[in-house]
Amino acid sequence: MDIKDIIKPENLVYDKTKVLTDNVMHYCPGCSHGVIHKILAEVIDEMGIQEETIGVSPVGCSVLAYNYLDIDWLEAAHGRAPALATGVVRLNPEKYVFTYQGDGDLASIGTAEIMHACNRGENIVVIFVNNAIYGMTGGQMAPTTLVGQVTATTPYGRELDLHGYPLKITELVAQLPGTSFVTRQSVQTPAAVRKTKKAIKKAFANVGQKKGTQFVEVVSTCSSGWKISPVASNKWMETNMFPFYPLGDIKDSEKETADKFKVQ
Amino acid sequence: MAKVKGAVVVDNEKCKGCDLCVVACPHDVLSLHREVNGKGYHYSYMKNPDACIGCMNCALVCPDSCITVYRVRV
Repeated sequence: MDIKDIIKPENLVYDKTKVLTDNVMHYCPGCSHGVIHKILAEVIDEMGIQEETIGVSPVGCSVLAYNYLDIDWLEAAHGRAPALATGVVRLNPEKYVFTYQGDGDLASIGTAEIMHACNRGENIVVIFVNNAIYGMTGGQMAPTTLVGQVTATTPYGRELDLHGYPLKITELVAQLPGTSFVTRQSVQTPAAVRKTKKAIKKAFANVGQKKGTQFVEVVSTCSSGWKISPVASNKWMETNMFPFYPLGDIKDSEKETADKFKVQ
Repeated sequence: MAKVKGAVVVDNEKCKGCDLCVVACPHDVLSLHREVNGKGYHYSYMKNPDACIGCMNCALVCPDSCITVYRVRV
């Protein structure tokens, strides 16, 4: 059978969704942001919530995310996306509000905002893209950088005595009573992409049912920051990041009810 | 068992030659072209089109959403 006979509209099984715009992404070749944008667009398209979704983009590589997803966007100051999303969701409680943040944004300058937004149990989805480095500014050490990892500001590797321990923000957030679904996923293989899509879809469905804060961490690569090829980055992530950031659901329950915290 | 044949169409100008689809393909269909596109990247193409089963693995891992997949039962 000739290829021309296969390439016909009736045989189409996978195509770019309409939620994703035709703009060429500015991300480096092989960047995980592109895959996560695509998953978000597919979830929004499949749930039919394009008109009801409001995204809050961070400061970082994904600051220009509004160019790629055809939904309503707001741009927050560095780390303040959860605070902005709180305002948006309180004024528009029927909308699906999500924040899209990197590890430099969420785990460093925005730690206070994310902790308190999760503790208040704001009805938002948080997409946390963790690539263990500050990608946009040239590969400096982030709070999530692994011990021994070489970055622009730790040329001999991160040292425990000097820089402290890497921050597992997802485990911290899972302790808070306001969160209901906390998970850690990745996007390096087709199977992982399918799992992440399932997790993000569940998070958006939970927000529709007003279940509290949904936190999805995606362990990602930064081939430009790590100074290796995209394929080698995926291997490096599997061997070095997965032992410290194990994948899977960390919390999947209901938001705590008020009577547990009332004074007697 | 019904045999399945697939084909992929790569948007050459959007492709950044990251090689992720080549690694994800279970049947060694895709490869990076010797030539480069307008941006100077070696774009992905079907080197071995007869082996394609339209499994969508390449399209799922593509960060730039430049792969379209077709599949037919023969």
